[in-house]
Amino acid sequence: MMDGTRPEDLQAEGKRLGIPAPIAMLAELTHRCPLSCPYCSNPLELARKDRELDTETWVRVFREAADLGILQLHLSGGEPASRRDLVELVSAAREAGLYTNLITSGIGLSQRRLQELDAAGLDHVQLSLQGTDAEMADKIGGYKGGFKRKMQVAEWIKEIGFPLTLNAVVHRQNLHQLPRAIEMALEMEARRIEVAIVQFHGWALANRNALMPTKTQAAEASRIVAEARKAHKGRLVLDYVPADYHSDYPKRCMGGWGTTGLNIAPDGEVLPCHAAQTIKTLRFDNVRAKNLSEIWYSGAAFNAYRGEDWMQEPCRSCEFKKKDFGGCRCQAMALAGDPAATDPVCIKSPLDSERQARAEQFSTSEDTELTFRAQPSSA
Amino acid sequence: MTGSVAPEAVPVLPRGVRLHYDRVRDQWVLLAPERAVALDAIGHAILKEIDGSRAFGSIVRGLAETYGAPEDQVAQDAGGFLRGLMDRRFLETI
Repeated sequence: MMDGTRPEDLQAEGKRLGIPAPIAMLAELTHRCPLSCPYCSNPLELARKDRELDTETWVRVFREAADLGILQLHLSGGEPASRRDLVELVSAAREAGLYTNLITSGIGLSQRRLQELDAAGLDHVQLSLQGTDAEMADKIGGYKGGFKRKMQVAEWIKEIGFPLTLNAVVHRQNLHQLPRAIEMALEMEARRIEVAIVQFHGWALANRNALMPTKTQAAEASRIVAEARKAHKGRLVLDYVPADYHSDYPKRCMGGWGTTGLNIAPDGEVLPCHAAQTIKTLRFDNVRAKNLSEIWYSGAAFNAYRGEDWMQEPCRSCEFKKKDFGGCRCQAMALAGDPAATDPVCIKSPLDSERQARAEQFSTSEDTELTFRAQPSSA
Repeated sequence: MTGSVAPEAVPVLPRGVRLHYDRVRDQWVLLAPERAVALDAIGHAILKEIDGSRAFGSIVRGLAETYGAPEDQVAQDAGGFLRGLMDRRFLETI
């Protein structure tokens, strides 16, 4: 039991219990987006505009986040530029002392708006890339003309001098474009490129047949990334999210549940990760009702998979349990039907051979039709 | 990798990389795109000397004097530290 409800009391109590303060917060400002990428990480049930937190509440949450120990704020969505108050939110985040990163497709950012974001103190921009040419990018984003506008936005970003990360999301249909994506990052003078092979959560789950790379493609991507790291050392940093179902061991998801970061959904629900709402047994607190510190340290959803007590075999006696924490809880939910199971993307999981067979089946499927992400229903 | 930065090179934190005092954890951190690097006392002592005009050699002499350590040792340690930051694009030289 917590004795006090003041943030500093909660923090002291958290320390005693071994709960570290979080470092990063993903603020999903809206689920609205001009694009409709078939791998969108937003939940299938999208929050309507009239359920979104207002400016004042976000500003309060940014202050609470800084008090809690958050250093890095990622403004995301949906498309965060769809929020009319984006510039105001960036100002408030900087005032709260947060390092402020904008995760955007670029659509909705004019040159003037970028200049306003610059003046407001925006620290960094992460620009998504759906493909390296208009044909691929506009098909995947489901938005004609999107690629051309994105390239214009990239020019403006360079002119202003924002530090840039290019976020290339790759899958079976565009992995052959990876070398060009890396070249584009260099041309845009990006300091980083994040090469992320699609993770199968959210809308991507319905598109596994069309998007899952083959095992050969996944290995090729790893080779390309390793070579580019060497070739561009000191100039371009490559971060890599390897293929999901083709690994031998699971990912250290979120750096450990409830240890490093948190997400806030557009309606104010506070989530341990962006896919956590797929675990139907979890109950989420809302920033409208509670202080962020209280939610982080004593919220039921955050405490559900902290530590090791929830683990089953083979995780419980596994030598890697402190390294990967049993993998991803949402993937365990999706593939094993049990959020406390060993992530089936682990060779020690009893479901391992089934998972490998499914990966083979998905990645060689002739069904390449995409199910695009929907838009939030209007009020 | 041998940690070397030329004495005449002027290290500078590029836009989007800054020192920040983390009041919750009571420590200095280097904030950079999608990264926060916790700094120990030595790391902080080196980085707080970087002002975009002082050359590395001058920074080394100052640190050697302040901490009573041999200059070549300081140059090697601080150079290695800064080179690591340069590889991650958290630092540039002009």
